[in-house]
Amino acid sequence: MTPQDDPILVMHGIDKRFSGVQALKSVDLAVHRGEVLALIGENGAGKSTLMNVLGGVIQPDAGRIEIDGRETTVGDVRHAMALGIAFIHQELHSLDNLDVAGNVFLGREPRYGGPLQLIDRCRLHAATVPYLGRLGLEVAPETPVASLSLAQRQQIEIARALALRARIIIMDEPTSSLTPAETHRLLDVINDLQATGVSVIYISHRLSEVEIVAHRVEVLRDGRNAGTLRRDEIRHQAMIRLMVGRDLSIPSQVQARAADEFLQIKDFRTEAYPDAAVSFSASRGQILGFAGLVGAGRSELARAICGMDARRAGGIYLAGRPVRITCARDAIDQGIYLVPEDRRKSGLIGPMTIRENVTLSDLGRYARLGWIRRAAETQAATQQCQAMNVAAPSVEARVSNLSGGNQQKVVLGKWLSMRPKVMFLDEPTRGIDVGAKAEIYHLMRRLADRGVAIVMISSDMEELLAVSDRIMVMHEGRITGTLEQEAFSEEAVMHLAVGGTP
Amino acid sequence: MKKDLGILLIFVVLCTVLALLNPRFLSATNLQNTARLVGMFGIFSMGIGFVIITGGIDLSSGSLFSLLGVLLAIGLVDHQLPWLLVVVGVLVLGGLLGLFHGLVITRLGIQPFIVTLCGLLWYRGMANFLADDSTKGFGNAEGFETLAHLATGNVLGVPVPFALLIVIGVVAWVVLHRCVYGRYLLAVGQNEEAARFSGVNTKRVVASAYVISGSLGAVSAIFFAFYANAVQPSSHGSFYELFGIAAAVLGGCSLRGGEGSVLGILIGAALLQVLKNLVNLLGIRSSLDFAVMGTVIFIGVVTDELLKRRKRTRLLRAPGA
Repeated sequence: MTPQDDPILVMHGIDKRFSGVQALKSVDLAVHRGEVLALIGENGAGKSTLMNVLGGVIQPDAGRIEIDGRETTVGDVRHAMALGIAFIHQELHSLDNLDVAGNVFLGREPRYGGPLQLIDRCRLHAATVPYLGRLGLEVAPETPVASLSLAQRQQIEIARALALRARIIIMDEPTSSLTPAETHRLLDVINDLQATGVSVIYISHRLSEVEIVAHRVEVLRDGRNAGTLRRDEIRHQAMIRLMVGRDLSIPSQVQARAADEFLQIKDFRTEAYPDAAVSFSASRGQILGFAGLVGAGRSELARAICGMDARRAGGIYLAGRPVRITCARDAIDQGIYLVPEDRRKSGLIGPMTIRENVTLSDLGRYARLGWIRRAAETQAATQQCQAMNVAAPSVEARVSNLSGGNQQKVVLGKWLSMRPKVMFLDEPTRGIDVGAKAEIYHLMRRLADRGVAIVMISSDMEELLAVSDRIMVMHEGRITGTLEQEAFSEEAVMHLAVGGTP
Repeated sequence: MKKDLGILLIFVVLCTVLALLNPRFLSATNLQNTARLVGMFGIFSMGIGFVIITGGIDLSSGSLFSLLGVLLAIGLVDHQLPWLLVVVGVLVLGGLLGLFHGLVITRLGIQPFIVTLCGLLWYRGMANFLADDSTKGFGNAEGFETLAHLATGNVLGVPVPFALLIVIGVVAWVVLHRCVYGRYLLAVGQNEEAARFSGVNTKRVVASAYVISGSLGAVSAIFFAFYANAVQPSSHGSFYELFGIAAAVLGGCSLRGGEGSVLGILIGAALLQVLKNLVNLLGIRSSLDFAVMGTVIFIGVVTDELLKRRKRTRLLRAPGA
């Protein structure tokens, strides 16, 4: 089925201001029945704000919304649902303590027993089956959600949207935590959905997915419409040009730099995979890409090396000398830093200011006899903000008010204000817009050039192949192979990632 | 600072109203006695506030006052030990019990509510047992007159507990708002995982907050014991931990952790005592004093929340700057 002519949703001239910042300026958007519309743009371009307007989370200052040709206001989230608009957020909202059926029919469970309002479990489970079938999800309705993978949970949310008779499903970065196989599966599901007349608004930074799945691309930039691409115009470079107004640059890899094996890990065993002894090395001046499927044990290995988690066994050597690391402080004192995967949960203290976040790891340096010298802190934080190009009103801004890209820059700034020797970066560009991505790639390269050994854990294949000097691949806790640059290919990495031998 | 303005305003209004309704509020005797109570309650409230900032809670304080009070009497009266030794012993014991709470919470990962609830039961039971269920009195303080004078006396007309509260308050303010330790405390309360990633020894920071609470609790315990001049083990200090928690919450500490100010806790503690004073001076039946206090705390917290919400929506709606 191809999208039909009459749009079911039209947003026209949407304006929204937040405490003086123009988040949306006269933005237009139209969605047709059975259409997959990709909404792309850098962080802070206004995608989330626009979708929050549509989802009834916030009210626009001006503009009108028409659904089925009738002008309407989306008062709140419930109202949006009643209008057939479902919003699947990047962070899933499934309830782990309920089963699948309980999640799909949350708040609308079939009941019996009159005033007792008991839940009719039989009818509940029976009613869930068709929705699971429609998504090709092979789990029983009584399966606890806690036992499902992230991808399956996401599909439960889609099933919930379908059960609510959603006609427009908004998906915000739905693939950011999925493996390549799961991503393909989701794209198939989206194809099936649109074939049955459901429209999807697909927000993603992964342009290759957009190329596959989208019928039309709407690009936002600085809160305005930057352009629309029709099906036959959807190309990587065209999208990037509209998003940033220029082409993305990735610093070229270097070669012929001698590998000095500055950091050596020998027979290392983590609690997650106690049977797998891991040995590898990282060299100064190089970016070591660390590939693998989600759950391969890469983050766990990095956490254990950096003293965040206990380890079973194994040695860590810096420049040939063994170092003792039993807690994060030990690693930091050795110049081994870990930039964690989840910025909001592990990387930053949201309610604190940029200044307080930047200096937290090295507070002793800004203090005399325990007394913190704010001037020194402010100076260091200001310097990092300038070096990292952080867009913030001042270093006294709370980090929770910054965009994802700027938050990541603050996390990096915090570590760069010290003297890194080895840096583990866990998914450093996840959920970050194209412009900020390029800045982070350049930054990693500059750090490497300054003699830092970089280990970049990434699930983004394009990024791995384009940025790394060497790629190490992990499968179920074991390192299945290391690829030198001439052997780089998507197939080679995937082959090792699924457990193949080199 | 700005956050403390609200509670300060309520405090000032309450004092003004009270002074207008009953001039005796401003009499030297009443002010002195109220200040004494504010001092005793303020000191341990500060410790509880530190614990609440880490996202924890300390329910054991009231029972601790009873246990330490009984031990104080046993040491000073029954055994005639040198008072300095007994005082140091009581302070150290308070700190050690706090350390015990902190270690169980951080090393075994048991919830602070449960651990300190056990403390509440233990210390009360131990006090009853050690005192043999009878009241321990200090009599005329033969042999430890200096201590009794210190605990119940004034310096330059200011009751000693209040003077000490000001000193401890200044130190706590500097520590919480200007020192590395305070920054760590707030960081751990707001996001323990991120603090750990930043190399903060989060377990030590959390445990230390309980040590502070136990130690400041011991200081208050000595004042409470001499204020009553006798310790009735089954009722001495009971419910006092709730005054401490209420003071911290009124003063802007969030029970979720990561928020709180020393000035706020101080005013919170003072507010509660002025309220008690209000019940007395206005001739309200004293059986109602808990209800009055509950009502005022309730109004304070609800108003604060409503004001916060209004501010938030106004920020969202603010026209262009």
